[in-house]
Amino acid sequence: MADAAALWISGSLAEKIRAHGAETYPHECCGALLGRDSSAVLESDHGKGALTLAREILQLFPLVNRRDDSPRNRFSVTAEDVLTAEKAARQQGLEVVGWYHSHPDHPARPSEYDRDHAWPWYSYIIVSVQNGAPQDMTSWRLNDDRAEFSPEGIEIRHRAAVSATGFSTTEK
Amino acid sequence: MPVKVMIPSPLRPYAGKRDSAEFSAGTVGEALGHLTTEFAELRKHLFTEDGKLRSFVNVYVNDEDIRYLAKENTPTKDGDTISIIPSIAGGVTFSGAVAVPGRAALNFARNLWSLIVPPRRIGI
Repeated sequence: MADAAALWISGSLAEKIRAHGAETYPHECCGALLGRDSSAVLESDHGKGALTLAREILQLFPLVNRRDDSPRNRFSVTAEDVLTAEKAARQQGLEVVGWYHSHPDHPARPSEYDRDHAWPWYSYIIVSVQNGAPQDMTSWRLNDDRAEFSPEGIEIRHRAAVSATGFSTTEK
Repeated sequence: MPVKVMIPSPLRPYAGKRDSAEFSAGTVGEALGHLTTEFAELRKHLFTEDGKLRSFVNVYVNDEDIRYLAKENTPTKDGDTISIIPSIAGGVTFSGAVAVPGRAALNFARNLWSLIVPPRRIGI
């Protein structure tokens, strides 16, 4: 496992996630993150030899929260929805690399419930929505031992700075 | 012809990056047993500590959800495909419990505390 993980996303997609959270408030929103996972390990910007695994989000696949019973503090994506999202990703030459959801009136921190239900490898973006207004947005990956999440740095990048076939390591 | 087990993206790092594996197995439980013996790191992501399939792990034999068949005792025959399909869940815990590393948890607790305890008044 690399020392740190980074998630690249354009400003407009980040804004769409925040808007989805505001739209469904006071209920939780959810959706799939479609993109590419870089197998390349990139040098850190500081040149200290630290390694970063980068992953880029290129499309969103908003979903309906299936938790009718407690949508204010729970979200659920069924296996059928997962397959639909995977199909949509494949059609665009992408893959499902993670999921986003909102925490209405709560911080953008993963809960114990989030951890207990999380899969490894996926990126989990959480947007805090306070009184209907989107606030902080964070991203997390479950550790191999399932004991806790590690934060994943979200880097807002212009789409033009990301090459069509992979990652640009020079532009920000 | 053996049974083919399809491995979803999030579990491939624990299965030698493979997207499928083949085993001779008479039931779903047997196939998953072979899978987690060959790739031991998969076990904790598929099963709880007491050996039950995790609630967000969905297993299909061909197109049938094993919950509606005989669960892990569902028989398999040569040529069948077993698919492991994730479902995704989460949400806030009203108690404010978090699942993040120590420092982040500490910062979060501090922030929470500052919300609960109003700032001290300064003398007029």
